[in-house]
This record gives sequence, structure tokens and C-alpha cells, in this order.
Amino acid sequence: MSILVDENTTILVQGITGREASTFVAESLAYGAKIVAGVTPGKGGSSVHDVPVYDSVAQALADYRCDATIISVPPPFVLDAAEEAVDHGLPLLVIVTERVPRRDVVRLLEQADAAGARVIGPNCLGLIAPGKTRLGMAGGNAEATRRAYTPGPVGIISRSGGMTTEIASLLSQAGLGQSTAVSIGGDPIVGANALDLLPLFEADPETKALVLFVEPGGNVEERLAQRLAERPSRLPIIAFVAGRFADRIQGVRFGHAGAIVEGNKGSPAHKAAALQAAGVMVAEQLSQIPALVRKALAGEA
Amino acid sequence: MRLLEWESKSLLTAAGVPVPAGEHVTDPAAAEAVARRLGRPVILKAQIPASNRHAKGGIRKADNPTDAGAAAAALLALRIDGWPVESLLVEEAVNVQTELFIGFTYDNAAKSAAMLLSRRGGSGVERRADSVHRRYFSVRDGFPAYLGREIAAAAGMRGKTLLRVGGLTAALGKLFLQLDATLLETNPLALLANGDLVVLDVHLQLDDDALFRHNDLVERFQLADRSQRPRSDFEREAAAIDAVDHRGVAGRLIPFDGDLGLLIGGGGASLTAFDAILAAGGRPANYCEIGGNPSVWKVKELTKLILRQPGVDKIAVIMNVVSNTRADLIARGVIKGVIEAGLTPEKHIVAFRVPGAWEAESRAILQRYGVPAFGRETSIDQVVQHIVEAER
Repeated sequence: MSILVDENTTILVQGITGREASTFVAESLAYGAKIVAGVTPGKGGSSVHDVPVYDSVAQALADYRCDATIISVPPPFVLDAAEEAVDHGLPLLVIVTERVPRRDVVRLLEQADAAGARVIGPNCLGLIAPGKTRLGMAGGNAEATRRAYTPGPVGIISRSGGMTTEIASLLSQAGLGQSTAVSIGGDPIVGANALDLLPLFEADPETKALVLFVEPGGNVEERLAQRLAERPSRLPIIAFVAGRFADRIQGVRFGHAGAIVEGNKGSPAHKAAALQAAGVMVAEQLSQIPALVRKALAGEA
Repeated sequence: MRLLEWESKSLLTAAGVPVPAGEHVTDPAAAEAVARRLGRPVILKAQIPASNRHAKGGIRKADNPTDAGAAAAALLALRIDGWPVESLLVEEAVNVQTELFIGFTYDNAAKSAAMLLSRRGGSGVERRADSVHRRYFSVRDGFPAYLGREIAAAAGMRGKTLLRVGGLTAALGKLFLQLDATLLETNPLALLANGDLVVLDVHLQLDDDALFRHNDLVERFQLADRSQRPRSDFEREAAAIDAVDHRGVAGRLIPFDGDLGLLIGGGGASLTAFDAILAAGGRPANYCEIGGNPSVWKVKELTKLILRQPGVDKIAVIMNVVSNTRADLIARGVIKGVIEAGLTPEKHIVAFRVPGAWEAESRAILQRYGVPAFGRETSIDQVVQHIVEAER
């Protein structure tokens, strides 16, 4: 199985006529994703790669049942698009747009929460259940995606979009496939984070191990460590924490907007230590991840 | 984007939040004139986007106008945390009875807006965390006035103080949302002997990603080209190259004193590669993040800029498995840059790893110039290992 989505998930794309969306729609269709409809206000009646375009979510839903939506509209319109999706009962929103105002993100999360909808992103590549479907643009074109991502027992949660594919590629080359890989987004505040997604991976019988890619900033990983200390996971977890050496250079803002190192709080060294103390296997180098996963899977068997 | 104190205080004033009488000045004569007009002792404060200005010598007191002029001259000659002091805020000195702290920000783990209030404000309030009352609030429907009274009451305030602090908190909460701030902190907020409240210092951080909604502020304070850190010439040149065309992100170059030039990306991969180089004992000449699809010209110019640093004659290109970056354009850019810098690609590009789109095309170009190319089978840290070992 996979988490959140499977091969039957029907997908709506809000902002489908945009350049970026039009590219990932073509690639995702070629990969096998069931993108059934798109929305761009004012462009209703047209089509993008044979996917019908509607003026509103309501119109699209009148013709097609949609299990999820991908939001790829310019930053000023993300809140409105998300409200439209939530108000029409869509249970899963994947927001790929970057540079969305913080207040808008918090507000749309409040509304999604109240409606029981789940949000991935913003500022993410989306999620992929290898061999089944893809929501977003992880992996690039269909051929490259099939090469990097292969089906299997490993879950991936990554704060970096590019590193989601890099880690999947590392695992795939070692013969270790993935159940679902989620690029959760690089902003300080995102919808589902590692703490929120862990129970979903734990509930998925096909997932046997979980890999985390961690960046500096925030305290989600510290809270995750606390949860694991209180309630150990059935899944072995392997983490790679980026920025541990760069960390020594104070006052420099690295990486995504969220990656601001301020003193010890949220620092990579602090995160690595907390995760390790909670029983997570922390890889010193990226290339060690496959061996650690293999060891964890052997221990499971 | 952190606003300066005088800018932030002008916004507070407009929202009806009291601040000490004062003026923003850029020369000693003006400082002296403000002190004379106020007719009482003044505080002179360096206008730089840095915290703990007091400890860094950026704040002075003057008892009379002549002293104020002299203090202003001294302050304006300073450089604090790399920032030249270009202007001052001259304010009346205030007799404080109690220092309060009120803050608004987002709690990232709770994914919510949060307000904080302490009756023991002033410097070091973060070390008195148990004195700080915290309350989450919805950003959906503006900031209701009762929330201000609630937190003041929770902090043990009564009567007139509760009403005043509650009212001021609500005004700040409204401003926080209305400005799209990510941080609005008044510390200290002075409670005077007569019961009045005055904001002595404020830290206001605006959301860079929401500036499109605040063109008035962008124009009024000329925020468009304001940097968050003092930038070196190197960083300014890199930003200028990045700004020439919109394709790809090839900015965020930060210089270090090593000998190995770097073109690395995106965000997560840059950190990973940089870590691996430091861990292997390598000496990076710069940090950077390239992403998206930068043009050949952009990559070429950045390569030349990196190689112009003294002691740097080698460059490595390391990216994660990319989905839409064209590896061949990056290869052409870096090779052109190295040649235009008067160096040979074979010797001076020590590694090139951009797996993914257009990898075959990129390999063909790299092979022609004898540049060591790596694919996805060699992980980021293994490429670094190769570079560091080749150097030995």
C-alpha cells in the first residue's frame, strides 16, 4: 500500500493552465496519475493535455469525482484556491507554489483543519507512490521518475524537494524501493510535517522503514524525538540531518526560508542528538542511508 | 525583512500605540536641535537592524543638547555588526517604573499565530520563559479586542492597568496581522509612574513573501533592495548577476576563506555538499545555492566571480538528482567561465555531478573538455571524498 494516495486517486489541478502546471500534468499523466480535471478561472472550456479545464472547482466536481487537488497558482491566489478546495470538501490539498505569505498559510491550515482536510506543502514537490501515482513534480519527467523511484517498503519524508528524489534514487540503486515519498515543503510552517505523517506510515502495512531528510530550523524533529521516546514507533527510522557542519558558521542564513539557525534551538546538531537519543539511526553521510535501511529491514524480519 | 526602529515606531504611532517623543536624524546638528526642542535629557539610538544595541555601544544618553551633538557624532562614526551607523533616533529619556514585554509571532510547530506577554520584560526576557504567558489565536477574523484583556488578566493584571495593557495588546495584534508581520515585539514596554504605557523599543519583522500586499511600505521605506545582512562586494556582484535574467536561482553566494569554489544546489543538496566538504577537511571558498534553470550566461558569470577570489582556482559542481534543471546548460556555463577566467576545464573543474535531465548531453560536453563527471551512482558525499583525495 501507500499513504494518502493510491493508483485510483483521482486528481484535480488548480492553476492547470500555468506553465509549470502544464508541464507536470503532461509528465504525471505519462507516469500514470489520474488527473481528471483542472481549474483556471476564465479559461473554462479549454483543455490541457486533454484534461478538461473549468472556471471553478464546483463545476469540475459536478463532472468528476476528485480525491485530491494540486494547487499551482501564483502566491497571491493560493489562499483563495485552497479555500475553494476546502469548501467543496476536497480531503487532500497538495500546494506546490512557493513564497506564499505566512498569514495565508496559517489561515488556510486553520480552515483545512476545521474541515478535516489534509494539506501537503506549500513550497513542496508533492508526493509520489512509486508505480501508482504522483501528485506534483517529484522526479521530473515520467522516465526519470521511474528511474529514481521504485516501489518497495521504505517511506520518505523530506523537507527538501530535490533531496526527496536524491534519497529515492540512492535507495532504488541499492534495490530498496519506496512505499510513498513526501516532499513536505521547505517553509517554516507547512501542512503535514514528519510528526503528522509518522502515524500514516505506521498504519501502512507495506511500509517497513522510514527515512527522514532534516534541515535546520523549527522544532518539529525535537517534538518527533519526544514522541518516539514516549511511544516508540513500530518502524525503524533513519534520519539524515543537513547543515550540521555548516551550522558552525553563525549568522548565515542557509537553504530554504525555514532554515535559519538561531543559537542552539533548532540547530542541526541539536536535532541529530535528540533523534539519536530517541532511537533514530542518524546517518553521518548521505551514502550510508541504504546500508542503514537494509540493516533496519534485516532486524525487522 | 526587519524594519528599523524608527520605521517601526512610525507605524506604531499611526496605529495609536504610544512611543517616546523623538525624531529620526542623520547628522549631529539635527540631533542637537532635537535635544534642544525636547528640552530634557535624550537617548540617542543607532538605527541598524541588529539586536542588543546597548551592549554593542549603539545607544547613548545625553543630558543636554551639546552632549547630544557630540554623542551623535560618535555614534555616526560607528560600525556595528558590520552595519555602518547612518542615522539615529533621538528620543526623550523616560522614567520607567515597570518593564513589560508583549510579542506576536508564529509558532511553527503549533502552526498558529501566538501572542506572548510578560510582566518582567526588558533584556533577557527569553531567559525568564516561565514569566511569559502565551496564547494562540486565529488569524481568520482579525484580532478581537477581548484577547488582549484575556492575556493581561492571565498575567495577573487588574483594574486600569488591565484595561490599558489589554487595549494596547489588541492594537498590536491588529497591526501584526494587518502588516503581515512575522514578528512584532515591544520590549521593553514601559509602565510609567502615572500609569501610562510607552513602547521604548520594538522589533518588527515583515514577511518578505507578503510585501506585494504592502507597496506603500516598500515605497515609503525603500525596502526593495534592502539586505538582511551587511553584504560584501562579492555578494552584491553575485546578486547583480542573478538579477540580470529571471531564469533559475543562482544567487545566495556567501564567501568563505577556502580554496575550493563551489556551484552547488538546491537548498538541501547545498547543505549536504557543504557539510561533506567540511567533514572531509576540504576548504570551501563559498557557499551557494543554484536551482531552477539558470542560463549559460548566469552560470558562466558566477563561475568567473567565484574564481576571481584570491587563492581560488578550482571549482566543483554538485547538485542532487534534478528534475528540470538542464545539466548541459550548467556544464556549458561553467566550462565557458573557467576558460574566460584563463584556466583549463580539465585541471580546474575538479568534479561535475548533475544527474538527471540532459545528463547524456552534459556528459558529452564534459568529456570533450576532460572534466571528471559523476552520475547518480556516486552520492554527494562520495563525490566530495573524490575531490578531497585528489587534492592530496
